[in-house]
Amino acid sequence: MNQYLIIGSGVASISAAEAIRSKDPEAQIKLLSDDRHGYYSRPGLAYYLTGEVPGDQLYSYPPQAYKLLNAKFLRGHATRILESDHVVEVDKGIFNIPYDKLLLAVGSYALKPVVPGIELQGVVKLDHLQDAKHIIALAKKSRKAVVVGGGITALELAEGLVANRVKVHYILRGDRYWGNVLDETESKIIEQRMKEDRISIQYHAELAEILGKNGKVVGIQLVSGEQIKCDIVAVAIGIKPRLELATASGITVDRGILTDEYMQTNLQDIYAAGDVAQSLDTASGKRVLDTLWDPAREQGWTAGLNMAGVKTPYRKSPAFNVTRLAGLTTTIIGQVGGGQDSDIYGIARGDSETWRDIPDAIVAQNGFNVNRLRLMVGEKHIMGAVVMGDQSLSTIIQRIIANQMDITPIRAKLLEQGATIADVLVKYWTELTLSNKELAPTSIYQS
Amino acid sequence: MNLHSLFKRDVTRRTVLTAGQVVPDPIRCVQCGICSYSCPINIDVRQHAWLGKPIIDSHCLTCGECVARCPRGVLRFEQIDVFKGAD
Repeated sequence: MNQYLIIGSGVASISAAEAIRSKDPEAQIKLLSDDRHGYYSRPGLAYYLTGEVPGDQLYSYPPQAYKLLNAKFLRGHATRILESDHVVEVDKGIFNIPYDKLLLAVGSYALKPVVPGIELQGVVKLDHLQDAKHIIALAKKSRKAVVVGGGITALELAEGLVANRVKVHYILRGDRYWGNVLDETESKIIEQRMKEDRISIQYHAELAEILGKNGKVVGIQLVSGEQIKCDIVAVAIGIKPRLELATASGITVDRGILTDEYMQTNLQDIYAAGDVAQSLDTASGKRVLDTLWDPAREQGWTAGLNMAGVKTPYRKSPAFNVTRLAGLTTTIIGQVGGGQDSDIYGIARGDSETWRDIPDAIVAQNGFNVNRLRLMVGEKHIMGAVVMGDQSLSTIIQRIIANQMDITPIRAKLLEQGATIADVLVKYWTELTLSNKELAPTSIYQS
Repeated sequence: MNLHSLFKRDVTRRTVLTAGQVVPDPIRCVQCGICSYSCPINIDVRQHAWLGKPIIDSHCLTCGECVARCPRGVLRFEQIDVFKGAD
Protein backbone atom coordinates (compact mmCIF):
# COMPACT_ATOMS: atom_id res chain seq x y z
CA MET A 1 0.00 0.00 0.00
CA ASN A 2 1.41 3.35 -1.05
CA GLN A 3 1.80 6.05 1.57
CA TYR A 4 1.18 9.59 0.38
CA LEU A 5 1.91 12.57 2.54
CA ILE A 6 0.65 16.05 1.66
CA ILE A 7 1.89 19.01 3.66
CA GLY A 8 -0.58 21.89 3.65
CA SER A 9 -4.36 22.14 3.81
CA GLY A 10 -5.28 24.50 1.00
CA VAL A 11 -6.95 23.80 -2.30
CA ALA A 12 -3.79 22.37 -3.91
CA SER A 13 -3.61 19.77 -1.11
CA ILE A 14 -7.25 18.75 -1.34
CA SER A 15 -7.08 18.59 -5.13
CA ALA A 16 -3.94 16.41 -4.98
CA ALA A 17 -5.61 14.08 -2.49
CA GLU A 18 -8.64 13.78 -4.79
CA ALA A 19 -6.41 12.96 -7.76
CA ILE A 20 -4.49 10.32 -5.80
CA ARG A 21 -7.70 8.77 -4.53
CA SER A 22 -9.14 8.66 -8.06
CA LYS A 23 -6.18 6.53 -9.18
CA ASP A 24 -5.32 4.57 -6.06
CA PRO A 25 -8.36 3.49 -4.01
CA GLU A 26 -6.20 1.59 -1.49
CA ALA A 27 -3.66 4.35 -0.86
CA GLN A 28 -2.99 5.73 2.57
CA ILE A 29 -3.28 9.51 2.24
CA LYS A 30 -2.23 11.84 5.04
CA LEU A 31 -2.52 15.62 5.10
CA LEU A 32 -0.38 17.48 7.60
CA SER A 33 -1.04 21.13 8.42
CA ASP A 34 -0.37 23.65 11.14
CA ASP A 35 -3.48 25.67 10.28
CA ARG A 36 -6.00 24.68 12.92
CA HIS A 37 -8.87 25.60 10.65
CA GLY A 38 -7.90 22.99 8.05
CA TYR A 39 -9.31 23.36 4.55
CA TYR A 40 -11.56 26.31 3.82
CA SER A 41 -12.04 28.87 1.07
CA ARG A 42 -9.19 31.31 1.52
CA PRO A 43 -10.52 33.78 -1.11
CA GLY A 44 -13.87 33.61 0.69
CA LEU A 45 -12.32 35.47 3.64
CA ALA A 46 -13.09 38.73 1.81
CA TYR A 47 -16.81 37.94 1.82
CA TYR A 48 -16.67 36.85 5.45
CA LEU A 49 -15.19 40.24 6.28
CA THR A 50 -17.99 42.05 4.46
CA GLY A 51 -20.58 39.92 6.23
CA GLU A 52 -21.93 38.33 3.05
CA VAL A 53 -21.20 34.87 4.31
CA PRO A 54 -20.74 33.51 7.85
CA GLY A 55 -17.34 32.10 8.82
CA ASP A 56 -18.63 28.54 9.16
CA GLN A 57 -19.81 28.63 5.57
CA LEU A 58 -16.22 28.93 4.34
CA TYR A 59 -15.58 25.26 5.09
CA SER A 60 -16.40 24.17 1.61
CA TYR A 61 -15.87 20.44 1.64
CA PRO A 62 -19.03 18.54 2.56
CA PRO A 63 -18.89 15.50 4.92
CA GLN A 64 -19.65 13.02 2.15
CA ALA A 65 -16.69 14.32 0.16
CA TYR A 66 -14.39 13.82 3.17
CA LYS A 67 -15.72 10.29 3.46
CA LEU A 68 -14.99 9.58 -0.20
CA LEU A 69 -11.52 11.07 0.12
CA ASN A 70 -10.79 8.78 3.06
CA ALA A 71 -7.68 10.70 4.08
CA LYS A 72 -6.18 11.26 7.50
CA PHE A 73 -5.81 14.89 8.65
CA LEU A 74 -2.96 15.58 11.06
CA ARG A 75 -2.02 18.76 12.97
CA GLY A 76 1.62 19.67 13.21
CA HIS A 77 4.42 21.71 11.75
CA ALA A 78 6.80 19.93 9.39
CA THR A 79 10.32 21.02 10.25
CA ARG A 80 12.51 18.88 8.00
CA ILE A 81 12.41 16.25 5.30
CA LEU A 82 14.84 13.38 5.69
CA GLU A 83 14.94 12.45 2.05
CA SER A 84 17.14 9.39 2.25
CA ASP A 85 14.83 7.82 4.87
CA HIS A 86 11.63 9.07 3.17
CA VAL A 87 10.49 10.58 6.45
CA VAL A 88 9.13 14.01 7.45
CA GLU A 89 10.11 15.32 10.86
CA VAL A 90 7.25 17.08 12.64
CA ASP A 91 7.60 19.72 15.37
CA LYS A 92 11.38 19.28 15.56
CA GLY A 93 11.24 15.54 16.07
CA ILE A 94 8.17 15.08 18.28
CA PHE A 95 7.06 12.56 15.70
CA ASN A 96 8.03 11.47 12.21
CA ILE A 97 5.79 10.55 9.28
CA PRO A 98 7.07 8.13 6.64
CA TYR A 99 6.10 8.61 2.99
CA ASP A 100 6.53 7.04 -0.41
CA LYS A 101 5.49 10.23 -2.22
CA LEU A 102 5.45 13.68 -0.69
CA LEU A 103 3.73 16.89 -1.77
CA LEU A 104 4.65 20.32 -0.47
CA ALA A 105 1.66 22.61 -0.77
CA VAL A 106 2.43 24.86 2.16
CA GLY A 107 1.30 28.11 0.54
CA SER A 108 2.59 31.58 1.24
CA TYR A 109 2.37 34.24 3.89
CA ALA A 110 1.70 37.97 3.93
CA LEU A 111 4.73 40.22 4.04
CA LYS A 112 4.82 42.98 6.60
CA PRO A 113 6.42 46.35 5.98
CA VAL A 114 9.71 46.80 7.79
CA VAL A 115 8.87 49.89 9.82
CA PRO A 116 9.01 50.76 13.52
CA GLY A 117 5.81 49.78 15.32
CA ILE A 118 4.88 46.85 13.07
CA GLU A 119 4.56 44.59 16.15
CA LEU A 120 1.93 46.82 17.79
CA GLN A 121 -1.51 45.49 18.61
CA GLY A 122 -3.87 46.68 15.89
CA VAL A 123 -1.61 45.88 12.93
CA VAL A 124 -3.50 43.32 10.85
CA LYS A 125 -3.09 41.27 7.67
CA LEU A 126 -5.42 38.93 5.80
CA ASP A 127 -3.83 35.51 5.49
CA HIS A 128 -5.96 33.07 7.44
CA LEU A 129 -9.43 32.62 8.85
CA GLN A 130 -7.90 33.53 12.20
CA ASP A 131 -6.82 36.91 10.79
CA ALA A 132 -10.33 37.62 9.50
CA LYS A 133 -11.88 36.75 12.88
CA HIS A 134 -9.33 38.99 14.57
CA ILE A 135 -10.13 41.91 12.24
CA ILE A 136 -13.87 41.58 12.87
CA ALA A 137 -13.33 41.51 16.64
CA LEU A 138 -10.94 44.46 16.49
CA ALA A 139 -13.29 46.49 14.28
CA LYS A 140 -15.95 46.43 16.99
CA LYS A 141 -13.79 48.63 19.21
CA SER A 142 -12.08 50.71 16.53
CA ARG A 143 -13.04 53.87 14.72
CA LYS A 144 -10.47 54.45 12.05
CA ALA A 145 -8.15 52.25 10.01
CA VAL A 146 -5.33 52.99 7.62
CA VAL A 147 -4.86 50.49 4.80
CA VAL A 148 -1.36 50.13 3.38
CA GLY A 149 -0.49 48.22 0.23
CA GLY A 150 -2.01 47.30 -3.09
CA GLY A 151 -3.68 44.63 -5.19
CA ILE A 152 -6.81 42.70 -4.38
CA THR A 153 -6.09 42.06 -0.71
CA ALA A 154 -5.67 45.74 0.17
CA LEU A 155 -9.05 46.46 -1.36
CA GLU A 156 -10.63 43.49 0.40
CA LEU A 157 -9.30 44.78 3.70
CA ALA A 158 -10.55 48.30 3.01
CA GLU A 159 -14.03 47.11 2.05
CA GLY A 160 -14.18 44.61 4.89
CA LEU A 161 -13.33 47.30 7.40
CA VAL A 162 -15.91 49.69 5.93
CA ALA A 163 -18.54 46.94 6.17
CA ASN A 164 -17.59 46.63 9.84
CA ARG A 165 -18.24 50.35 10.32
CA VAL A 166 -14.66 51.46 10.52
CA LYS A 167 -13.62 54.65 8.74
CA VAL A 168 -10.96 53.76 6.19
CA HIS A 169 -8.07 55.83 4.90
CA TYR A 170 -6.14 54.13 2.10
CA ILE A 171 -2.60 55.28 1.41
CA LEU A 172 -0.96 54.61 -1.95
CA ARG A 173 2.72 55.12 -2.68
CA GLY A 174 2.05 55.85 -6.33
CA ASP A 175 -0.57 57.87 -8.14
CA ARG A 176 -3.12 55.13 -8.75
CA TYR A 177 -4.51 51.77 -7.64
CA TRP A 178 -2.95 48.48 -8.90
CA GLY A 179 -0.97 50.19 -11.63
CA ASN A 180 0.87 47.10 -12.85
CA VAL A 181 -2.29 45.23 -13.86
CA LEU A 182 -4.99 47.84 -14.44
CA ASP A 183 -4.70 50.69 -16.90
CA GLU A 184 -5.27 54.27 -15.86
CA THR A 185 -9.00 54.33 -16.60
CA GLU A 186 -9.58 51.05 -14.79
CA SER A 187 -7.69 52.30 -11.73
CA LYS A 188 -9.76 55.48 -11.75
CA ILE A 189 -13.02 53.54 -11.99
CA ILE A 190 -12.08 51.47 -8.95
CA GLU A 191 -10.81 54.49 -7.00
CA GLN A 192 -14.03 56.38 -7.74
CA ARG A 193 -16.07 53.47 -6.43
CA MET A 194 -13.92 53.25 -3.32
CA LYS A 195 -14.57 56.93 -2.69
CA GLU A 196 -18.30 56.33 -3.10
CA ASP A 197 -17.92 53.67 -0.39
CA ARG A 198 -16.50 56.46 1.82
CA ILE A 199 -12.91 55.23 1.61
CA SER A 200 -10.57 58.22 1.56
CA ILE A 201 -7.53 57.75 -0.68
CA GLN A 202 -4.21 59.52 -0.26
CA TYR A 203 -1.71 59.31 -3.11
CA HIS A 204 2.10 59.55 -2.97
CA ALA A 205 1.99 58.58 0.68
CA GLU A 206 4.55 56.21 2.14
CA LEU A 207 4.39 54.66 5.56
CA ALA A 208 7.39 55.55 7.74
CA GLU A 209 6.30 54.45 11.19
CA ILE A 210 3.35 53.04 13.09
CA LEU A 211 2.77 55.03 16.25
CA GLY A 212 1.69 53.31 19.43
CA LYS A 213 0.72 53.90 23.01
CA ASN A 214 0.66 51.14 25.65
CA GLY A 215 1.41 48.57 22.95
CA LYS A 216 -1.54 49.59 20.79
CA VAL A 217 -1.74 51.42 17.48
CA VAL A 218 -2.71 55.09 17.78
CA GLY A 219 -1.66 56.32 14.37
CA ILE A 220 0.88 56.31 11.58
CA GLN A 221 3.53 58.66 10.37
CA LEU A 222 4.26 59.12 6.69
CA VAL A 223 7.70 59.69 5.20
CA SER A 224 6.60 63.30 4.62
CA GLY A 225 6.24 63.66 8.39
CA GLU A 226 2.46 63.86 8.31
CA GLN A 227 0.72 61.96 11.10
CA ILE A 228 -2.65 60.24 10.77
CA LYS A 229 -4.61 58.99 13.76
CA CYS A 230 -6.02 55.45 13.59
CA ASP A 231 -6.67 52.33 15.70
CA ILE A 232 -5.99 49.76 12.99
CA VAL A 233 -3.25 49.49 10.39
CA ALA A 234 -4.15 46.88 7.76
CA VAL A 235 -1.26 45.79 5.56
CA ALA A 236 -1.27 44.00 2.19
CA ILE A 237 2.06 44.66 0.53
CA GLY A 238 2.48 41.25 -1.08
CA ILE A 239 3.19 37.69 -0.13
CA LYS A 240 6.08 35.28 0.03
CA PRO A 241 6.02 31.53 -0.57
CA ARG A 242 6.81 29.49 2.55
CA LEU A 243 10.22 28.14 1.67
CA GLU A 244 11.67 27.30 5.09
CA LEU A 245 10.91 23.57 4.94
CA ALA A 246 12.24 23.24 1.41
CA THR A 247 15.47 25.10 2.08
CA ALA A 248 16.04 23.13 5.31
CA SER A 249 15.73 19.93 3.30
CA GLY A 250 17.92 20.50 0.26
CA ILE A 251 15.14 21.31 -2.20
CA THR A 252 16.08 23.80 -4.90
CA VAL A 253 14.26 27.10 -4.58
CA ASP A 254 14.25 30.39 -6.40
CA ARG A 255 11.33 32.68 -5.52
CA GLY A 256 9.30 29.52 -4.96
CA ILE A 257 10.07 25.80 -4.97
CA LEU A 258 11.25 24.98 -8.48
CA THR A 259 9.33 22.18 -10.18
CA ASP A 260 9.44 20.50 -13.55
CA GLU A 261 6.36 20.13 -15.74
CA TYR A 262 5.30 17.11 -13.66
CA MET A 263 5.34 19.27 -10.52
CA GLN A 264 8.32 17.34 -9.19
CA THR A 265 11.11 19.10 -7.30
CA ASN A 266 14.81 18.34 -7.74
CA LEU A 267 14.41 15.51 -5.20
CA GLN A 268 12.98 12.13 -6.10
CA ASP A 269 9.40 11.51 -4.89
CA ILE A 270 8.95 15.08 -3.65
CA TYR A 271 6.50 17.35 -5.45
CA ALA A 272 5.27 20.92 -4.95
CA ALA A 273 2.04 22.73 -5.91
CA GLY A 274 0.08 25.88 -5.24
CA ASP A 275 1.39 29.25 -4.02
CA VAL A 276 4.71 27.75 -2.95
CA ALA A 277 5.54 26.21 -6.33
CA GLN A 278 7.42 28.02 -9.05
CA SER A 279 6.35 25.72 -11.81
CA LEU A 280 7.58 25.29 -15.34
CA ASP A 281 5.41 26.92 -17.96
CA THR A 282 6.18 24.75 -20.97
CA ALA A 283 4.86 27.36 -23.41
CA SER A 284 7.34 30.06 -22.35
CA GLY A 285 10.03 27.85 -20.80
CA LYS A 286 9.96 30.08 -17.72
CA ARG A 287 9.25 29.04 -14.16
CA VAL A 288 6.52 31.23 -12.73
CA LEU A 289 4.68 31.85 -9.49
CA ASP A 290 0.90 31.99 -9.37
CA THR A 291 -1.13 32.92 -6.34
CA LEU A 292 -4.51 32.07 -7.75
CA TRP A 293 -7.08 29.52 -6.65
CA ASP A 294 -7.64 27.66 -9.90
CA PRO A 295 -3.97 27.16 -10.88
CA ALA A 296 -3.40 25.89 -7.33
CA ARG A 297 -6.19 23.39 -7.82
CA GLU A 298 -4.86 22.35 -11.23
CA GLN A 299 -1.29 22.04 -9.99
CA GLY A 300 -2.44 19.99 -7.01
CA TRP A 301 -4.45 17.73 -9.28
CA THR A 302 -1.51 17.28 -11.69
CA ALA A 303 0.93 16.61 -8.84
CA GLY A 304 -1.48 14.05 -7.36
CA LEU A 305 -1.77 12.19 -10.66
CA ASN A 306 2.00 12.08 -11.07
CA MET A 307 2.47 10.93 -7.48
CA ALA A 308 0.01 8.12 -8.17
CA GLY A 309 2.10 7.06 -11.17
CA VAL A 310 0.01 8.60 -13.94
CA LYS A 311 2.54 10.73 -15.78
CA THR A 312 0.75 13.97 -16.62
CA PRO A 313 2.40 17.26 -17.60
CA TYR A 314 1.06 20.50 -16.15
CA ARG A 315 -0.20 22.73 -18.90
CA LYS A 316 -0.49 26.22 -17.59
CA SER A 317 -3.60 28.01 -18.81
CA PRO A 318 -3.41 31.74 -19.45
CA ALA A 319 -3.52 33.48 -16.08
CA PHE A 320 -7.15 34.03 -15.23
CA ASN A 321 -8.75 35.60 -12.24
CA VAL A 322 -12.16 36.89 -11.44
CA THR A 323 -12.45 39.23 -8.55
CA ARG A 324 -14.72 41.91 -7.23
CA LEU A 325 -13.01 45.25 -7.09
CA ALA A 326 -14.99 47.83 -5.16
CA GLY A 327 -18.19 45.97 -5.96
CA LEU A 328 -17.35 45.59 -9.63
CA THR A 329 -16.84 42.05 -10.92
CA THR A 330 -13.61 42.06 -12.86
CA THR A 331 -12.00 39.32 -14.90
CA ILE A 332 -8.35 39.55 -15.80
CA ILE A 333 -7.10 37.13 -18.45
CA GLY A 334 -3.67 36.54 -19.92
CA GLN A 335 -1.22 39.37 -20.46
CA VAL A 336 -2.68 42.77 -19.83
CA GLY A 337 0.23 45.14 -19.75
CA GLY A 338 3.38 46.38 -18.09
CA GLY A 339 3.52 49.24 -15.66
CA GLN A 340 4.83 49.38 -12.15
CA ASP A 341 3.03 49.13 -8.86
CA SER A 342 5.04 50.68 -6.11
CA ASP A 343 2.59 49.34 -3.51
CA ILE A 344 3.41 45.71 -4.18
CA TYR A 345 6.69 43.90 -3.78
CA GLY A 346 7.03 40.77 -5.88
CA ILE A 347 3.59 39.38 -6.42
CA ALA A 348 0.29 40.12 -4.73
CA ARG A 349 -2.31 37.55 -3.75
CA GLY A 350 -4.80 36.78 -6.49
CA ASP A 351 -2.14 37.69 -8.98
CA SER A 352 -0.02 36.10 -11.63
CA GLU A 353 3.31 37.16 -13.02
CA THR A 354 2.03 36.51 -16.54
CA TRP A 355 -0.19 39.55 -16.29
CA ARG A 356 2.83 41.78 -16.31
CA ASP A 357 4.45 40.36 -19.44
CA ILE A 358 4.28 43.13 -21.96
CA PRO A 359 2.77 41.65 -25.08
CA ASP A 360 3.52 42.94 -28.53
CA ALA A 361 0.00 44.16 -28.71
CA ILE A 362 -2.25 47.09 -29.25
CA VAL A 363 -4.92 48.04 -26.80
CA ALA A 364 -8.43 48.14 -28.14
CA GLN A 365 -10.95 49.29 -25.62
CA ASN A 366 -14.59 49.82 -25.33
CA GLY A 367 -17.19 50.61 -22.76
CA PHE A 368 -17.99 53.20 -20.18
CA ASN A 369 -17.84 53.68 -16.48
CA VAL A 370 -19.03 50.38 -15.02
CA ASN A 371 -18.90 48.06 -18.02
CA ARG A 372 -15.50 48.08 -19.52
CA LEU A 373 -13.66 45.73 -21.80
CA ARG A 374 -9.99 46.00 -22.60
CA LEU A 375 -8.44 43.63 -25.10
CA MET A 376 -4.77 43.21 -25.84
CA VAL A 377 -4.85 42.52 -29.56
CA GLY A 378 -1.72 40.83 -30.90
CA GLU A 379 -0.74 40.10 -34.49
CA LYS A 380 -2.76 36.88 -34.71
CA HIS A 381 -4.12 36.30 -31.24
CA ILE A 382 -5.81 38.09 -28.41
CA MET A 383 -3.12 38.18 -25.73
CA GLY A 384 -5.10 39.30 -22.75
CA ALA A 385 -8.20 41.09 -21.55
CA VAL A 386 -9.72 42.93 -18.62
CA VAL A 387 -13.50 42.64 -18.35
CA MET A 388 -15.14 44.91 -15.80
CA GLY A 389 -18.79 44.89 -14.89
CA ASP A 390 -20.89 42.80 -17.26
CA GLN A 391 -19.26 39.38 -17.42
CA SER A 392 -21.20 37.80 -20.26
CA LEU A 393 -18.20 38.09 -22.59
CA SER A 394 -15.48 36.98 -20.25
CA THR A 395 -15.91 33.23 -20.70
CA ILE A 396 -15.84 33.60 -24.48
CA ILE A 397 -12.71 35.74 -24.36
CA GLN A 398 -11.03 33.36 -21.94
CA ARG A 399 -11.56 30.50 -24.40
CA ILE A 400 -10.40 32.56 -27.37
CA ILE A 401 -7.19 33.32 -25.48
CA ALA A 402 -6.73 29.82 -24.02
CA ASN A 403 -7.21 28.16 -27.41
CA GLN A 404 -4.91 30.73 -29.04
CA MET A 405 -7.49 31.21 -31.73
CA ASP A 406 -6.50 33.00 -34.90
CA ILE A 407 -8.25 36.36 -34.90
CA THR A 408 -6.89 37.55 -38.26
CA PRO A 409 -10.42 37.65 -39.78
CA ILE A 410 -11.66 40.11 -37.14
CA ARG A 411 -8.46 41.92 -36.21
CA ALA A 412 -9.08 44.95 -38.42
CA LYS A 413 -12.65 45.25 -37.15
CA LEU A 414 -11.50 45.11 -33.52
CA LEU A 415 -9.04 47.92 -34.07
CA GLU A 416 -11.42 50.21 -35.96
CA GLN A 417 -12.12 53.52 -34.28
CA GLY A 418 -15.26 53.15 -32.19
CA ALA A 419 -15.56 49.43 -32.92
CA THR A 420 -18.24 47.54 -31.04
CA ILE A 421 -15.79 44.97 -29.76
CA ALA A 422 -18.39 42.92 -27.95
CA ASP A 423 -20.52 42.40 -31.07
CA VAL A 424 -17.53 41.50 -33.22
CA LEU A 425 -16.33 38.94 -30.69
CA VAL A 426 -19.70 37.33 -30.14
CA LYS A 427 -20.29 36.96 -33.89
CA TYR A 428 -16.82 35.50 -34.37
CA TRP A 429 -17.27 33.07 -31.49
CA THR A 430 -20.74 31.96 -32.57
CA GLU A 431 -19.58 31.18 -36.09
CA LEU A 432 -16.55 29.31 -34.80
CA THR A 433 -18.37 27.17 -32.27
CA LEU A 434 -21.07 26.28 -34.76
CA SER A 435 -18.44 24.87 -37.09
CA ASN A 436 -16.19 23.38 -34.41
CA LYS A 437 -17.92 21.68 -31.50
CA GLU A 438 -14.62 20.59 -29.95
CA LEU A 439 -13.99 24.07 -28.62
CA ALA A 440 -16.42 23.43 -25.82
CA PRO A 441 -14.45 23.39 -22.56
CA THR A 442 -13.69 20.16 -20.79
CA SER A 443 -12.86 19.78 -17.14
CA ILE A 444 -9.47 18.32 -16.26
CA TYR A 445 -10.77 16.94 -12.98
CA GLN A 446 -12.09 13.68 -14.35
CA SER A 447 -10.84 10.36 -13.13
CA MET B 1 -34.30 50.63 -17.01
CA ASN B 2 -36.43 51.23 -20.08
CA LEU B 3 -39.66 49.51 -21.02
CA HIS B 4 -38.02 47.18 -23.50
CA SER B 5 -35.52 45.80 -21.00
CA LEU B 6 -38.28 45.38 -18.43
CA PHE B 7 -40.28 43.15 -20.77
CA LYS B 8 -37.19 41.36 -21.98
CA ARG B 9 -36.35 40.52 -18.38
CA ASP B 10 -39.80 39.11 -17.87
CA VAL B 11 -39.53 36.87 -20.92
CA THR B 12 -36.10 35.69 -19.78
CA ARG B 13 -37.49 34.92 -16.37
CA ARG B 14 -40.33 32.81 -17.79
CA THR B 15 -37.97 30.96 -20.07
CA VAL B 16 -35.70 30.16 -17.16
CA LEU B 17 -38.56 28.93 -15.01
CA THR B 18 -39.77 26.55 -17.65
CA ALA B 19 -36.64 25.41 -19.40
CA GLY B 20 -33.54 26.62 -17.60
CA GLN B 21 -30.94 25.31 -15.24
CA VAL B 22 -28.07 26.84 -13.33
CA VAL B 23 -24.68 25.97 -14.79
CA PRO B 24 -21.31 26.73 -13.14
CA ASP B 25 -18.05 27.79 -14.74
CA PRO B 26 -15.67 26.03 -12.29
CA ILE B 27 -12.50 27.95 -13.12
CA ARG B 28 -14.12 31.15 -11.86
CA CYS B 29 -15.17 29.58 -8.56
CA VAL B 30 -13.25 29.93 -5.30
CA GLN B 31 -15.69 27.93 -3.17
CA CYS B 32 -16.70 30.88 -0.97
CA GLY B 33 -20.13 29.35 -0.49
CA ILE B 34 -22.30 32.45 -0.94
CA CYS B 35 -24.35 30.44 -3.47
CA SER B 36 -25.16 27.57 -1.09
CA TYR B 37 -25.79 30.06 1.71
CA SER B 38 -28.27 31.99 -0.46
CA CYS B 39 -30.19 28.96 -1.70
CA PRO B 40 -33.67 29.04 -0.12
CA ILE B 41 -33.94 25.26 -0.22
CA ASN B 42 -30.36 24.50 0.83
CA ILE B 43 -29.02 22.98 -2.36
CA ASP B 44 -25.24 22.74 -2.09
CA VAL B 45 -24.65 24.79 -5.24
CA ARG B 46 -20.99 25.20 -4.34
CA GLN B 47 -20.35 21.46 -4.50
CA HIS B 48 -21.88 21.41 -8.00
CA ALA B 49 -19.46 24.17 -8.97
CA TRP B 50 -16.52 22.19 -7.55
CA LEU B 51 -17.53 19.18 -9.60
CA GLY B 52 -18.40 21.29 -12.63
CA LYS B 53 -21.93 19.92 -12.77
CA PRO B 54 -25.14 21.78 -13.56
CA ILE B 55 -27.72 22.08 -10.78
CA ILE B 56 -29.87 19.21 -11.88
CA ASP B 57 -31.63 18.91 -8.51
CA SER B 58 -35.31 18.64 -9.32
CA HIS B 59 -36.09 20.80 -6.29
CA CYS B 60 -34.20 23.78 -7.73
CA LEU B 61 -36.64 26.66 -8.05
CA THR B 62 -34.43 28.49 -10.58
CA CYS B 63 -35.06 31.50 -8.38
CA GLY B 64 -31.70 32.95 -9.41
CA GLU B 65 -30.50 33.89 -5.91
CA CYS B 66 -27.23 31.99 -6.34
CA VAL B 67 -26.66 33.43 -9.83
CA ALA B 68 -27.27 36.98 -8.63
CA ARG B 69 -25.23 36.78 -5.45
CA CYS B 70 -22.13 35.00 -6.72
CA PRO B 71 -19.41 37.67 -6.52
CA ARG B 72 -17.37 36.14 -9.34
CA GLY B 73 -19.94 35.45 -12.03
CA VAL B 74 -19.49 31.66 -11.74
CA LEU B 75 -23.14 30.77 -12.28
CA ARG B 76 -25.39 31.36 -15.22
CA PHE B 77 -28.72 30.14 -16.50
CA GLU B 78 -28.58 27.88 -19.46
CA GLN B 79 -31.58 26.91 -21.45
CA ILE B 80 -32.28 23.20 -21.67
CA ASP B 81 -34.16 21.92 -24.62
CA VAL B 82 -37.09 20.24 -22.93
CA PHE B 83 -38.29 18.83 -26.22
CA LYS B 84 -34.94 17.34 -27.14
CA GLY B 85 -35.33 13.77 -28.28
CA ALA B 86 -39.04 14.17 -28.89
CA ASP B 87 -38.68 14.60 -32.62
